[in-house]
Amino acid sequence: MWIYEKKLEYPVKIKTPNPATAKFIISQIGGPDGEAGAATRYLQQRYAMPDRRVAGMLTDIGTEELAHLEMVSAIIFQLTRNLSEDEILRSGFDTYFVDHTTGVYPQAASGVPFSTSTLQVTGDVFADLHEDLAAEQKARLTYDNILRLVDDPDVRDPIKFLREREIVHYQRFGDAVRMTQECFSDKKNFYAYNPAFDR
Amino acid sequence: MMNPNTGCLDAKTLLNKIRALDFVAIESVLYLDAYKDADALAYHQKAVAERDELVDKYEENFGPLTSSGVNCENGWTWVETPWPWELEAN
Repeated sequence: MWIYEKKLEYPVKIKTPNPATAKFIISQIGGPDGEAGAATRYLQQRYAMPDRRVAGMLTDIGTEELAHLEMVSAIIFQLTRNLSEDEILRSGFDTYFVDHTTGVYPQAASGVPFSTSTLQVTGDVFADLHEDLAAEQKARLTYDNILRLVDDPDVRDPIKFLREREIVHYQRFGDAVRMTQECFSDKKNFYAYNPAFDR
Repeated sequence: MMNPNTGCLDAKTLLNKIRALDFVAIESVLYLDAYKDADALAYHQKAVAERDELVDKYEENFGPLTSSGVNCENGWTWVETPWPWELEAN
């Protein structure tokens, strides 16, 4: 179970709305490497982990990803407040607005809705952990691309925080791969079988 | 808003102190999942104890952080303070 805490992991306080920026940052909610996918991936993969420490990491990192989903959603919410019809038309936010008004819908920047087809739960420890390492890198580079396109320090600040978290999670998943490898009797051929299924 | 009961800390300053200690806890939890490390364990324990103390202080003076932290004497205050995505909550 989970308990909700009424605060963001890191504050989001954007003074100037900017719907054009919201249009691409929304990818980190429901895009191919966004936070909805990250939370779903880790929280669903953990059941097949034979090492309790690794199941713990997936639980704790998955939980933090839910807090990141909330942070990115707060960014979108604040970037799209008090918009005039003219601003909506000029910014290119019109194509989103027509379907969702200023609701925060999980979708990619391209408009493709969030889908679990962007992630896997293989039931195979090493396949899943290597996907997780790649996922953290892809999320980090998406935040890098957002930072290339955004000047407003109010937006850059929480995005930089989120980018740093991808790096820490990548490090922890590196630990998870190493720890899982060390658990096996056949350490040299750890990739040749699935310890969650082949006993 | 200054408050004498919190050592003159306003709600936002106190919340940011809690956030900082929570961040320490999040980091130490992820590290402790992987490593048996007595120093890290002590560091984690200290941060959580400080955090719990500040959360009590915050909830007493400024409103609940979790639904179980609602002081029912003043009614159901859970829905009266700003939600975290609102500008005024940050």
